[in-house]
Amino acid sequence: MTAELTKDRWDPGVQSYAGMGYYAPDYQPKDTDVLAVFRVTPQDGVDPIEAAAAVAGESSTATWTVVWTDRLTANTHYQAKCYRVDDVPGRPGEYFAYIAYDIDLFEEASVANLTSSIIGNVFGFKPLKALRLEDMRIPVAYVKTFQGPPHGIVMEREYLNKYGRPLLGATIKPKLGLSARNYGRVIYEANRGGLDFTKDDENINSQPFMRWRDRFLFGMEGVNRAMAETGEVKGHYLNITAATMEEMYERAEFAKELGSVVVMIDLTIGYTAMQSMSHWARKNGMLLHLHRAGHSTFTRQKTHGVSFRVLAKWCRLIGVDHLHAGTVVGKLEGDPATTRGFYDTLRDDHIPTNHANGIFFDQDWASMPGVMPVASGGIHAGQMHQLLDLFGDDVILQFGGGTIGHPLGIAAGAEANRVALEAVVKARNEGRDLLREGPDVLRAAAEHCRSLEVALATWGDVTFDYTSTDAPDAVPTASA
Amino acid sequence: MYLRYGAFSYLPPLTDDEVAAQVRYALLKGWPVSIEHSSDPHPRNVYWEMWGLPLFDLDEPDGVMAEINACRSTFPSHYVRVLAYDASLGRQTTGMQFLVQRPDVEPDLVLSRTEGSDRTQTYGVVVRGADTRGPTDGG
Repeated sequence: MTAELTKDRWDPGVQSYAGMGYYAPDYQPKDTDVLAVFRVTPQDGVDPIEAAAAVAGESSTATWTVVWTDRLTANTHYQAKCYRVDDVPGRPGEYFAYIAYDIDLFEEASVANLTSSIIGNVFGFKPLKALRLEDMRIPVAYVKTFQGPPHGIVMEREYLNKYGRPLLGATIKPKLGLSARNYGRVIYEANRGGLDFTKDDENINSQPFMRWRDRFLFGMEGVNRAMAETGEVKGHYLNITAATMEEMYERAEFAKELGSVVVMIDLTIGYTAMQSMSHWARKNGMLLHLHRAGHSTFTRQKTHGVSFRVLAKWCRLIGVDHLHAGTVVGKLEGDPATTRGFYDTLRDDHIPTNHANGIFFDQDWASMPGVMPVASGGIHAGQMHQLLDLFGDDVILQFGGGTIGHPLGIAAGAEANRVALEAVVKARNEGRDLLREGPDVLRAAAEHCRSLEVALATWGDVTFDYTSTDAPDAVPTASA
Repeated sequence: MYLRYGAFSYLPPLTDDEVAAQVRYALLKGWPVSIEHSSDPHPRNVYWEMWGLPLFDLDEPDGVMAEINACRSTFPSHYVRVLAYDASLGRQTTGMQFLVQRPDVEPDLVLSRTEGSDRTQTYGVVVRGADTRGPTDGG
């Protein structure tokens, strides 16, 4: 199982990583190991096994030359082991390298440590042209050290008293420039029209044109007016992202004082800040929405970076209650199969290996609550049947432009989305075929709802059909 | 005030056939159905009055519809809702919820404001004019 230690292993100088034990094809991963699979693109002339072993080494205990201090440790225990290397189907020069890390390498309940360990060093390694962390298996022993989502899907629904349908939201548009009072107007109209939530955009923090405190005050005025108008619990994701943790805590406390049910943070605050806010949100009964701001800089390209499914796992551990995970049919990147993988990873308790969806490992969450995925970006009421068919009930569908851009006004836009959603849910429950009959269901609902009729007329033909930059590599196999 | 509540309150009120179809959906999923009523539509009023226990052992919509109609006619001035419980592992919560009756004259929901320092306010939603009459005699 472990590499034989010989006198040669400790001779000073450079040795192959594979030779130092970082490639161990006979190693049987333990249930308690953290597993990772990397897509490795070695430089021309670099042996793939050695490249994979180097990734294992440089993401655990190795450095570029033999060091005597290794002999003061139980080094074979701590070194990561690449136990399997596969060719990527259809893409010569790329390899899937499976690597096991002993759980002792990691601090309990720390995503910052997990990420520093796995991705902190190896991605700039010269012998590799490109490197992508495709998937990780978090062992149950490690999952159990994390808090996870402050509330989770089930508790969120009980908190909001809303069951049996997706939730609806909208990001306030324009992204920037509105004054606090006018911003609150949009919040009021969208919530009273029929949405469940409205949302600050990721770059709305506290700018000269609108400071955070003023936005929070006017925003909660709008939210509470909408609650009294409709009789439903409403919320606005108040963005508490700030330059320092101290500022963030101050904004979070004010949101709580004003009675908000939810706050939001951007990915750009970093894993440590996210974990702090997650603990605060659990302690203070606040839903926590995460906007994945900036993720596409490293998740989008197939060859290099970190796949979003790994980021989704980290976010569930941290955890958050909401995470943007893609729309498939909207304006932003995400093909159906990989997006399905993301949603399953966030929501389900046990996700089996499924290469067609880009899932490389069985993942057990051991009853850690699920994260509510958010579908946001260029979707409109005319796609409601497709969205429900793709994602089911446990999702938040957000229509920013699709609410605020409605010709009859914001409340009409909200109402159109809500009527479309309820009509499609009702039809699904009645057993109708959503993909085929969806447009008919929407048209029939529009006969009772002028705002939906206008929405369908305005946007009915809008689609975003581009080639995905990141679809799964699995060679499809014939089913039995 | 036109109360918005549950999964279908933005659609035209469900006909009996449509209610039965939703009940059938719940029963097919193995979710027992429960009927509850209340004169208090406050958004934070979670616990409406139960019309008997959840109908654990009814697996036909007809039996459930009979109970729904009995509750509606006994409390004509109350809101009546239908819930379905999902007891499966990982959920163990309510699976669906929708209104099947609203009173002819609905109460008002009024926003109460208690002003604090700076421009902060403490908000509350107050129900005014709820019809709290008890059950009618007979069905």
